[in-house]
Amino acid sequence: MELLKRVHAQNLVAWAKDRPEVVVLSADLTSSCEADLFRDTYPDRFYSFGLSEQNMLSVAGGMAREGLYPYVHTFAVFIYRRAYDQIAMSVAYPNLPVRMIGFLPGILTPGGATHQAIEDIAVMRALPNMSILETGDATDVESVLDVAQAVDGPVYVRMLRGEIPRLFNAREPMQFNRARVLSRGTDIALLTSGICTEEAMRATSVLRQRGVSIQHLHVSTLKPFTDPAVLEAVAGARYGVITMENHSIIGGLGTAVAEVMAEHGLGRRLVRIGIPDVFAHGASRQYLMKELGLDAAALVRKVEEMVGQPLGITEEDLTAVRLTAVHSDAKAEAL
Amino acid sequence: MHTDEQLRQDGVFGQTIGAATSRQRREEGAVVHVSDQVQSVTWQDEVLRVARRVRVRVLEHILSNNGGYMSQACSSAETLAALYLKIMNLGPSEAPMVPLPFPGVPGPGNKDYFTGAAYNGPRAPHLDRFYLSPAHYALVLYATLIEVGRMAPDGLAQFNQDGSSVEMIGAEHSPGMEVTTGSLAQGLSQAIGVAVARRLRGDTGRTWVYISDGEFQEGQTWEAMQFLSFYRLDTVGIYVDVNGQQCDGAMESVMPIEPLKARLEAFGARVFQVDGHDPEALAAPAALEPDGRPLVVLAYTDPCRGLDLLRRNAPKLHYLRFKSPEERQLYEAELRKMQTEEGV
Repeated sequence: MELLKRVHAQNLVAWAKDRPEVVVLSADLTSSCEADLFRDTYPDRFYSFGLSEQNMLSVAGGMAREGLYPYVHTFAVFIYRRAYDQIAMSVAYPNLPVRMIGFLPGILTPGGATHQAIEDIAVMRALPNMSILETGDATDVESVLDVAQAVDGPVYVRMLRGEIPRLFNAREPMQFNRARVLSRGTDIALLTSGICTEEAMRATSVLRQRGVSIQHLHVSTLKPFTDPAVLEAVAGARYGVITMENHSIIGGLGTAVAEVMAEHGLGRRLVRIGIPDVFAHGASRQYLMKELGLDAAALVRKVEEMVGQPLGITEEDLTAVRLTAVHSDAKAEAL
Repeated sequence: MHTDEQLRQDGVFGQTIGAATSRQRREEGAVVHVSDQVQSVTWQDEVLRVARRVRVRVLEHILSNNGGYMSQACSSAETLAALYLKIMNLGPSEAPMVPLPFPGVPGPGNKDYFTGAAYNGPRAPHLDRFYLSPAHYALVLYATLIEVGRMAPDGLAQFNQDGSSVEMIGAEHSPGMEVTTGSLAQGLSQAIGVAVARRLRGDTGRTWVYISDGEFQEGQTWEAMQFLSFYRLDTVGIYVDVNGQQCDGAMESVMPIEPLKARLEAFGARVFQVDGHDPEALAAPAALEPDGRPLVVLAYTDPCRGLDLLRRNAPKLHYLRFKSPEERQLYEAELRKMQTEEGV
């Protein structure tokens, strides 16, 4: 599996080259959010706000009214928790094209509860006019700007940074409100998002070897949530549906799937893998994924429960599947 | 020179005089020709006249609606009148004299949505913009629009009516408003975003923001001030209604903000402390050449100006309710007196 570094930093500069209406707003986390290359390349289109997210989001709204496309860069958690009213009234109510690029979603940061955006999708999903995107690999990161830019209204993006894998063909960009179908099957519908997709792919390859047939969708648009592929996957699943996300089990992908199932009267079992309605703490991504049950092993256990039999898959089996190159030189995500 | 015919089209003297004074900015004591007879009406007199009429209209409205934001009219009438008649360089209104009904909330499916900005004239690089931050001053703004000829008196009949755009707490579809500012302290930041975009485009027009002193209790206002100074946005001019009042009572008893001038200067602003009922003093800072610092005019005002009766309600001045039929009659008598004095 190919690993790429600072994908957004380089992509943003190339993408914005012939888009003079694109401006970047940053709240003291410019390098941490890979906006430094943009700042250095287009200094006239870069605005440093310091630690002032409330002012930044309202200013973004004002800019967007005048034809600019503000790309707000900071950690995901500081966007929606620190400036929610500003997002609601200065951006979402007037349906302005502000793009909020949120870094280190969920447990991607070892920064602890203060830095971990674990309910951002829940909060933002409830805001009228808001669209929500989440990236799961380098191809998503490279194409999410095009998807966001085409939306008539505000967009919140869960972004990846640093060293990230390429899971999807570079020539198959992210599509708005369209999930990627990663495998087809009839036993279980598996819907994953963000970094959980990579984790799930490790499990599904072993599960397939054990004879479990899985319809695996990678979901990158969390709002709107009207992709017919979701309904098809759910309707075709003999045992049930599993969702897996780097977010609270309340209000995110699992909830969105539950709503679709209930509204269409699709009586299936639904298992939501995610942060189980607890705050996390400062620790490595690998440690927290294991502790909170967000890793491949957790998925295997849920599949075993759902099909009603042990599949004899060990941690070693999953480790063996894992391409060692994937995280060979990756460190725990630093601040 | 305006003919009688033009005046009839414009509807109200105020607009004509406002337009004339806009063109004659920085000329003191402009002589305005309002009919075949040449009358010498200074813009200062006109500001005071409009301010008195705004108070009359607001009190009249509050009596017919059994309550409303009266002290805000008392404190801000001269400032808003001076902004519209002298300080701001606005074109004539492009909005219907009687406001259109509420067009539905903004969204990708709503192509009919409009803002109330058209009451402040067209958008043009050389023209100014106006943003009202304390949206509960909307009634005063509507009354001001009427008195300067940008809205019909009938428009106020829609105030706070179901399905109307003339909302009690103005939103961006309300006459004279362009952004939604009812959650205090967001107006300044949004106007800053507009001003940044205008500077990038090379616009020469200025961006005026009217805010209330209570908004300096919000951290966001100070975030906005530090941004203005850092980016040397001297195209932004801020008028503050320092009436010392907030919902819970006198600000000094709720959460003091003084010394406001010193605090703002420490944030890098160019601050003028003026009598908020003196047109000359209000307008003078706006005539200065911008010098890189954001301009802040602290208009110290009397929340009972022009309506001494209101002082009985101190320190609870935020919203006027009539506690008894007797009290209501007192205000009715006062209104009749004001109307007679004003000849309306």
